[in-house]
Amino acid sequence: MKDRLEQIRQSALKQIEEAGALEKLNDIRVAFLGKKGELTSIMKSMKEIAPEDRPAFGQMVNETRSEIEKKMEEMKTTLAKKAREAQLKAEVIDVTLPAKKSNVGHRHPNTIALEEVERIFVGMGYEVIEGPEVEKDYYNFEALNIPANHPAKDEQDTFYINKEFLLRTQTSGTQVHTMETQKLPIRMIAPGRVYRSDEVDATHSPCFHQIEGLVIDKHITFADLKGTLAEFARELFGEDTKVKFRPHHFPFTEPSAEVDVTCFKCGGKGCRMCKGSGWIEILGCGMVHPKVLKMSGIDPDEYSGFAFGVGLERIALLKYEIDDMRLLYENDTRFLKQF
Amino acid sequence: MNTPLSWIKAYVPGLDVTAQEYTDAMTLSGTKVEGFVEMDKNLEKIVIGQIEKIEKHPDATKLIICQVNVGEEESIQIVTGAPNVHEGDLVPVVLVGGRVAGGHDGGPLPENGIAIKKGKLRGVESFGMMCSIEELGSSRDFYPEAPEEGIYIFKPGTVKPGEDAVEALGLHDVVFEYEITSNRVDCFGVLGIAREAAATFRKPFVPPVVEVKGCGGDVNDYIKVRVDDTELCPRYTARVVKNIKIGPSPEWMQRRLAANGIRPINNIVDITNYVMEEYGQPMHAYDLSTIEDGQIVVRRFADGEEFVTLDGQTHTMDGSMLAICDGKKPIGIAGIMGGENSMITDTVETMLFEAACFDGTNIRLSGKKLGMRTDAQSKFEKGLDPNNAIEAMNRACQLIEELGAGEVVDGVVDIYPEKREEHEILFSAKKVNDLLGTDLTLDEMLTYFKPLELEYNPETQMVRIPTFRQDLEGQADLAEEVARFFGYDNIPVTLPSGEATTGKLSFKLRVEAVARETAEFCGFSESMTYSFESPKVFDKLLLDPEDKLRQTVTIMNPLGEDFSIMRTTPLNGMLTSLAFNYNHRNKEAKLYELAVVYLPKELPLTDYPDERVQFTLGMYGSGDFFTMKGVVEEYLERIGMKERVEYDPKAGKNYLHPGRQANIIYGGQVIGYLGEIHPEVADNYKLGARTYVAVLDMPYVVEKASFERKFQGIAKYPAVTRDISMVMDKNIMVGQVEEVIRKRGGKLLESFELFDIYEGAQIKEGFKSVAYSIVFRDKSRTLEDKDVNAVMDKILAELEKMGIELRK
Repeated sequence: MKDRLEQIRQSALKQIEEAGALEKLNDIRVAFLGKKGELTSIMKSMKEIAPEDRPAFGQMVNETRSEIEKKMEEMKTTLAKKAREAQLKAEVIDVTLPAKKSNVGHRHPNTIALEEVERIFVGMGYEVIEGPEVEKDYYNFEALNIPANHPAKDEQDTFYINKEFLLRTQTSGTQVHTMETQKLPIRMIAPGRVYRSDEVDATHSPCFHQIEGLVIDKHITFADLKGTLAEFARELFGEDTKVKFRPHHFPFTEPSAEVDVTCFKCGGKGCRMCKGSGWIEILGCGMVHPKVLKMSGIDPDEYSGFAFGVGLERIALLKYEIDDMRLLYENDTRFLKQF
Repeated sequence: MNTPLSWIKAYVPGLDVTAQEYTDAMTLSGTKVEGFVEMDKNLEKIVIGQIEKIEKHPDATKLIICQVNVGEEESIQIVTGAPNVHEGDLVPVVLVGGRVAGGHDGGPLPENGIAIKKGKLRGVESFGMMCSIEELGSSRDFYPEAPEEGIYIFKPGTVKPGEDAVEALGLHDVVFEYEITSNRVDCFGVLGIAREAAATFRKPFVPPVVEVKGCGGDVNDYIKVRVDDTELCPRYTARVVKNIKIGPSPEWMQRRLAANGIRPINNIVDITNYVMEEYGQPMHAYDLSTIEDGQIVVRRFADGEEFVTLDGQTHTMDGSMLAICDGKKPIGIAGIMGGENSMITDTVETMLFEAACFDGTNIRLSGKKLGMRTDAQSKFEKGLDPNNAIEAMNRACQLIEELGAGEVVDGVVDIYPEKREEHEILFSAKKVNDLLGTDLTLDEMLTYFKPLELEYNPETQMVRIPTFRQDLEGQADLAEEVARFFGYDNIPVTLPSGEATTGKLSFKLRVEAVARETAEFCGFSESMTYSFESPKVFDKLLLDPEDKLRQTVTIMNPLGEDFSIMRTTPLNGMLTSLAFNYNHRNKEAKLYELAVVYLPKELPLTDYPDERVQFTLGMYGSGDFFTMKGVVEEYLERIGMKERVEYDPKAGKNYLHPGRQANIIYGGQVIGYLGEIHPEVADNYKLGARTYVAVLDMPYVVEKASFERKFQGIAKYPAVTRDISMVMDKNIMVGQVEEVIRKRGGKLLESFELFDIYEGAQIKEGFKSVAYSIVFRDKSRTLEDKDVNAVMDKILAELEKMGIELRK
């Protein structure tokens, strides 16, 4: 019996040693350790042994079993490792093959520019507010200190719906709506579409976008306006951007200014983009006219504020170096894909 | 407005700046210089030469050889083809190594001019070139005395050989182009700009001293003036000039006018134009002999009255327009243009000079109605200072005398019933500092006011405003005057202090932002289209004649019919964009737009229209109806609209394929629609591919969207899945089957999924095979077969009732 056990042991260990593959190892396990396996059957023939020898023999069988199991486990680990290595070797790919893209769509450059602007001002505590595009004459002109028959109404070439309604020529009307309805202090920007009677060409569109900004609080100064817009320009066009404020005239602000930034292409040295001047005009601004405050029910002796208006297309065209405004409204996917 | 620096310097003699310095400083003090042209650009080594001897060229009939004295010891030899020079002529000569601005043909000037080298013309050496006015970069507009063709010849005795010819011609000058803002009426005259320049560079301002000698007589013996409408004509001044001698005006005047863009004509016309430019006050001259009854009446035109202006055009007038009349008939349209019947001709002997002030708005509206736009009109419509009129009148008369153009009769007719007085503004240095964020003393501020002729009275603390500065109305305006001359650049840079505010996007904008994200994840790119379009699009979209979408907000003065109505549907924009891509051979296109539509609540419009954002998706080239449906559902899920979305095929959209369209219904509300574009509509847009659209009406979506999220737990007990396979009439929609599963599935129903749908071989004609996998689960225990069987029996029984055959 003992000899047989030894034979089984050696045979098992040898077979395990030579198994070579995981599946084979399993066959070996069944052949020796399974229900009908050799070691199981030798256990079953225990009755042929003298009863006093049985415990010792039993123990020998168990030891043999553990030895085989242990060997089997070791071999399993070895073989698994080998198999994994072989698999990895077989699965080498050419990483320079083309990527499989998931064809994500692209955002319109106007929106990208708008979101940049919104991010900057929301970060400074401004609320984004919308106003109507079909607007009352009062909000587009009169409440902004542009009375009936003011030449500015002509200059802007307004689309009229009727005597009372028009397509807003500027987002500034939203200022008035906000001042009328909102609690002070106010910090808001109002993006949106505006309309002017310009024929379509490379630099004009009868329909475009503006972003209006308004801050009303106690002790707001022109210096605050300068600081805010300088910060805005740096965020939008880069840390080294400088701003220049030039006196200008808008009926709804006083003092008023136009703002130039150092050309972000040449850095101010002068290039084709800035027509050699090193500066690019980007927005108009000023301190809210006391008449405008008064008309909206705000006491100009107690409160002051500033307002600014930026042309969104102007920013998008400049920032992304788009040379024809018409591209923005054609929606050619070959164009949109580049943003 | 264009003006040469030399003209500004005439009133600011101390001004000594380069063109660039002037541009920068004036722009920063508020008189924006848009650009400048240096009249001596590329003019180098150009002197005055005197032709001493002319010989014929031995080998060329059209060339001559000149010996020219250029002030050196030896004269130089120049070969020229110019036809107009003679021995003794004084001419501009560019020496070898010098440069001229352009060619003799007067074409566009090359950027770097033309360099002049020693040359040989048909074998004869030439050491320079005699110049035409065009080669000097100018034209006969500026130098009418120059010949039409050939070399410019100086008047004998005015210059000497060797002198700077550019200087002699007055070409060391710069013409600036200004952008004057509409509030600065005073700066539409050279004097106004000069006053600003003087203040900017802190130099004395020296306006002309106006003095009219007069020749006796009395203007009242020549003319009576009556103003019937003093509202439209607050001031009318007139003087009479007799013994007029029409002739050219002097060169300096012609050059200044030409530089300002006005063509010189004769001394009288030039003087009126000169004063208009100088004072910003338009003037008009009438031939007194044409004025009937010796009378001027300022009144309105009669409705329908016809009038011929001095350019020969006939206009139909109306009762809102102001007429200058004589005793019998209109002789001019006030402030716009004089009449043919009273215009100055070369034979004029006595003339009436008019300098008036008219209501700016009325002039502007009249000009607009008549379709006219004259220089005078563009000045009047800004609203002139009536006090300026008499100054300008007398200045013009002074020039008449100085130029010997006529004799000025004594006396002025001046109808000025309500004199415009200077006004005063209360001024506080502290308030100005508070507004600007500066810390300037009162004295500093007053130094800025002085050159602007703003006078401060320390006792009343009032600033007196001259009448030519009607733009200064209050303290804020004075703050701007301080800021302009202190320098916007010198104002400190701070950030607003005070109560903190929350920066945020509205809920609506957040819901829209997710629409963008979702559409882009699904491969759609963002488009933008115009908000206005043609009413013809409704026919292109096959809308019924009574369709409500044809009720539009309509523009009174559109750019054209194609831009005349505010859109009521986003589809035209989308289809136009897709067609643009299709016609540019883009194989596929997926676009979306957050498009606003404008729905009038009633017409004509008396209230704000309903402006609704519609999330519009469109595509061709890949994907189908169900791709589109997937994008819609993906989006609704992402904005927390997790209830069941229903689709009603009876959407009734004419522009969609009748068998491939559906309303999108959420919580009983139609929130949009989707479908395939009707082939006829596709044809109308020249879209050659199957095109799909989906439109979500965002106000409804925003109402139902939510960014709230709640964890639902993860099931602890196992699910039981049952598959059923059915054969049914083709016309039964799977939605009906799902309705049964949902209704009969009860509480145990967790989910179901369509996993097969088939028509064709093995299925009888007119039928289809449909298979669902249904999942049941109880949250509190492991389900047993009998539980599930009971539910399944209910479902199957109901399906069988619908005539659906179950396949075992």
